[in-house]
Amino acid sequence: MNHRTLEELSNDAKKLIADYVSRIDDMKAKERTKIPAQEMPAQDPEVRSHNLEEVALGYTMEQARIEAMRCIQCVKKTCVEDCPVKIDIPRFINHIAHEEFQDAADVIKEASLLPAICGRVCPQETQCQSNCAVGKALKDVDKSVAIGRLERFIADWERSTGKIAVPEVKSETGKKVAVVGSGPAGLVVAADCRREGHHVTIFEAFHKLGGVLRYGIPEFRLPNDIIDKEIETLTAMGVEIKTNFVVGRTRKLLDLINKDGYHAVFVGTGAGLPLFMGIEGESLVGVFSANEYLTRANLMRAFEKEKADTPIYPSKNVAVLGGGNVAMDSARMAKRLGAENVYVVYRRTEKEMPARKEEVEHAKEEGIEFYFLQNAKRILGDDKGKVNAMECLRYELGEPDESGRRRPVVVPNSEFLLDVDTVIVAIGNSSNPLISQTTPEIKVNKWGNILVDETQKTSSDRIFAGGDIVLGAATVILAMGEGRRAASAINKMLAEEIEKEKAAMN
Amino acid sequence: MSKILFKNQLSKDVFLMRLHAPLIAEERSAGQFIILQVNEDYGERIPLTIADADTKEGSITIIFQVVGKSTTLLSELNQGDGIPTLVGPLGRPTHIENFGTVVCVGGGIGVAPLHPIAQALKKAGNHVITIIGARTKDLIILEEEMKSIADEFILCTDDGSYGRKALVTEPLKEICERNPKPNMVIAIGPPIMMKFCSETTRPYEVFTQVSLNTIMVDGTGMCGGCRVNVGKEIKFVCVDGPEFDGHKVDFDNMMARLNSYKEIERAAHACYLEAEIKEKEALQ
Ligand SMILES: Cc1cc2nc3c(=O)[nH]c(=O)nc-3n(C[C@H](O)[C@H](O)[C@H](O)COP(=O)(O)OP(=O)(O)OC[C@H]3O[C@@H](n4cnc5c(N)ncnc54)[C@H](O)[C@@H]3O)c2cc1C
Ligand code: SF4
Ligand code: FES
Repeated sequence: MNHRTLEELSNDAKKLIADYVSRIDDMKAKERTKIPAQEMPAQDPEVRSHNLEEVALGYTMEQARIEAMRCIQCVKKTCVEDCPVKIDIPRFINHIAHEEFQDAADVIKEASLLPAICGRVCPQETQCQSNCAVGKALKDVDKSVAIGRLERFIADWERSTGKIAVPEVKSETGKKVAVVGSGPAGLVVAADCRREGHHVTIFEAFHKLGGVLRYGIPEFRLPNDIIDKEIETLTAMGVEIKTNFVVGRTRKLLDLINKDGYHAVFVGTGAGLPLFMGIEGESLVGVFSANEYLTRANLMRAFEKEKADTPIYPSKNVAVLGGGNVAMDSARMAKRLGAENVYVVYRRTEKEMPARKEEVEHAKEEGIEFYFLQNAKRILGDDKGKVNAMECLRYELGEPDESGRRRPVVVPNSEFLLDVDTVIVAIGNSSNPLISQTTPEIKVNKWGNILVDETQKTSSDRIFAGGDIVLGAATVILAMGEGRRAASAINKMLAEEIEKEKAAMN
Repeated sequence: MSKILFKNQLSKDVFLMRLHAPLIAEERSAGQFIILQVNEDYGERIPLTIADADTKEGSITIIFQVVGKSTTLLSELNQGDGIPTLVGPLGRPTHIENFGTVVCVGGGIGVAPLHPIAQALKKAGNHVITIIGARTKDLIILEEEMKSIADEFILCTDDGSYGRKALVTEPLKEICERNPKPNMVIAIGPPIMMKFCSETTRPYEVFTQVSLNTIMVDGTGMCGGCRVNVGKEIKFVCVDGPEFDGHKVDFDNMMARLNSYKEIERAAHACYLEAEIKEKEALQ
């Protein structure tokens, strides 16, 4: 595919817009489906695979309005049904079409707190865009209305006005809420509980806030200043922040309640220890978990080799094991760190890859090579214990398993060697062990994920949990959704207590 | 931000600092460590064992050896300066009880983390035999402190410049041959020393606990950088350790992994020193 520049895409849209605007409220559904789907402007692949700047540049105003006019304003809103936080999608899109951007922003904010982030990282093709009527009519899910890009457009527009209103905070209630972990789940709980007038403290183990948004998802997909903006808003609302604070170690979780006077605690400590393949050679020098690799590059800024003190392993040929977003991010980061060849080795086919489609496309454009239906058998090392090759096996699709997916089966004697010096393992995580290790009162399942009821309450009084620590590795929007639910349960619990205390006083 | 309350140079490359950290001082137990960063944006995360704590002053003591750029930067800070990132206490505390006779073996800088453990073991009623060793006299630290808690005290240097001329494994072997043999050995020091202590005690079947200092990034069980092979399992030093059964640890692999970044580190250190020398020359 030829790369089309921002200028070209923008000019095309400028030429078309007047005509569509003149018919804006009269177009029939049929006509709307003929409006060209707007391509997302992106940095040139050749250039961007050597920098850390954001790959997707965002729609221009004309592009956004044209894309918005593709929406046929369904009565049965399948997109809303498929949105985990039920944003009123056609309504905000209609505002964009009519150039009422502030109204669009307000609609999104009724349901979602972090649109600049979700617009960038949500797997829209499996959520809101999966059953969009326009995509259905055109028999191509890629032709669905680009809801995520429109969400991002509005969030970026609002940021660029510099007038993002700090949400109103009710008068102080005297109640204290502790939020453990500053990933998307924790950030949402902090905002929602603070709005009700409770004193909120975020405790974060790292020196910077944002969780996976900061140390996992790279800058080229989610720039740090977007996370910084969200955190500035929280600070402006009066949320207290304590970094370098590991709950369970620096302070026992129950001590937050029993000694420090917190009335509720939300645990949003995220996914934990990386899983490994359990194959020969996995402890050789040059084998990394994706978490370690990405944390060094992102949080510890190893990408800026001149400035950073944290080293990153110098690689020429890199194999990444896995097919999710984490694998895509690792592969693309390795390329940006100077690797000449990067291979993504995945056991199933492209169709089954859980990664966002856009990231897979971007990775391909950047020259990442995909080895589908193949898997690592063992990793080989030299006499110094450093990786120098990986032995792989080929697979073919066999009978469908319980989930209906055709199970990959090994092709006998299909071993072959891949010449690599680095292997990044991105096959998932188990749960974060710290809270369960130090707080046995909180019940977990056999995988170590915290058990909660439908209000996100754990087996312990006053303690709630949500996000990846409950769901296993999930998504930003699901973590946010759980945070919202937990915050509303916490707010309800505290409101009832305040009522009772008032009644007792009278 | 954590303030440096006191700094002292113990030997050529070894420094002691007391840092203001009241919460860590209150919560920590023997065997635990902290992670610090000298520079919040670009600094490396350095894990260091807590050598001591004072809850009254609200301080913890760290003892570290200058080995690369990050520890050099740390050693250049002075009393009154702040350390932007300090997090802890991390890792599981040492399990302390009255085991009977315990041999505490400390090599080089490893004597620092050993000291609070020996102290706690003594307090729990153990008969504590202490062996401390270093390459040469100048590198011996905490001699008086260790002597004062030990029921038996042995000091050796590789070159014989002080105490007995021996590697710590020599007296360790002699003690294992005693009847009754000791109930337990705790060895803390460079990986190679812990490896050979474990090899020494293996034939005598004396349980030998070692404290591992792997590469770390987060220290909370997220990144997997600190993994080691213990028996047939992968263990994570920051959440499962830092203490493990020395007879089960794959030291050779751990040492290879510790050296992953040696070449880059060395280059970075050289560049850094060069720049510093130039700067100093420019000032003169
Ligand atoms: C590389 C990568 C790419 C991804 N890409 C996408 C994507 O494109 N789209 C998508 O929807 N999802 C993506 N995900 C998944 C998504 O990021 C997570 O589902 C989401 O961040 C989970 O949020 P959370 O709030 O539960 O926890 P996290 O974001 O994991 O945050 C947890 C926080 O808690 C802190 N913490 C842990 N223990 C303690 C403690 N004891 N005390 C104090 N603080 C503690 C951690 O340091 C961390 O900051 C990706 C994940 C990764 C790793
Ligand atoms: S399903 Fe598609 S066309 Fe229908 S309202 Fe939602 S975005 Fe618009
Ligand atoms: S240091 Fe990251 S998991 Fe232990």
